[in-house]
Amino acid sequence: MRDLSSLPVGPVDSDDHVRGTAGDALIVYAEFSCPECAVAAERIRASDRSVCFRHFALESRSALAVKLAIASESAARQGMFWEFHDSLFADQGRLDDPHLWQRCELLGIDLDRFEADRRDPLLADKVASQATAAMRAGATGAPSFVVSGSLQQDFPA
Amino acid sequence: MSIIAPDTLVPSFELGREDGTKFTEADLLGKRTVLVFYPFAFSPVCTSQLQVYTEALPEITADGTVIYAVSTDASFSQSAFREHLGVPIEQLSDFEPKGAASKVFGAYFEPAGMTNRALVIVGDDGRVLWSYLAESPGDLPGVNLIIDGLAAS
Repeated sequence: MRDLSSLPVGPVDSDDHVRGTAGDALIVYAEFSCPECAVAAERIRASDRSVCFRHFALESRSALAVKLAIASESAARQGMFWEFHDSLFADQGRLDDPHLWQRCELLGIDLDRFEADRRDPLLADKVASQATAAMRAGATGAPSFVVSGSLQQDFPA
Repeated sequence: MSIIAPDTLVPSFELGREDGTKFTEADLLGKRTVLVFYPFAFSPVCTSQLQVYTEALPEITADGTVIYAVSTDASFSQSAFREHLGVPIEQLSDFEPKGAASKVFGAYFEPAGMTNRALVIVGDDGRVLWSYLAESPGDLPGVNLIIDGLAAS
């Protein structure tokens, strides 16, 4: 049984995916089948601010969310998290397995290793633990942004 | 309007169940109950809230606690909403007279004529154990608050 009692989110650490070096990274809880998350990702890229991506993938919200989150972690094992992140958000109409394999081919991700890593329970554990952390901090939707230690759904100024 | 306070015996009220029967204060007896008041079925924000609560149902209901969602929508709309989302949380309708039960709990938002966003935990003796009223209907209570409320009650 998970502990879902209140707990603020933790700071950026070595297990996080961080892009950019401009100031403190904006921590975003998001999932890859969520259109609002894609819009937020584009706004962050356009702003040139640094960002830390964490998964808020729930089966109750999207049948694809957890699967895509694990796939992105699999890509991360080959150093391709952000490339895979951008690819998924750029085309959310093609998120089934054959489309993911096609993305791997285009991005130069070793498909055999990608498929093997997707089945590693450690990746599922990471995705689940980040969702739990978001719920403990009060997240009620995606994307959620950490501002002054608290989660909010409004895009931060 | 103030949310119903802990240790208050829940007064008489009546809500509509999805099967057309009534849900009253008598249905609160014999088990711990979480009532989730939310503004509207199918509004994007409410959708997210109930989906997150659904994710935490194993933890919420672990000790036999029962959870219901309450809004001023008609039962037909609530059922369609629940089925559309795949959300198993039973819906209770405060449709007619509109908001009457929500007012009993202090969970009605008069300025917009809708249920406010509130949480009430009632003990098996029908007394309020814990309650929470959001500062505004746009302020979504996370599921962590329910878990904290259950732990404190």
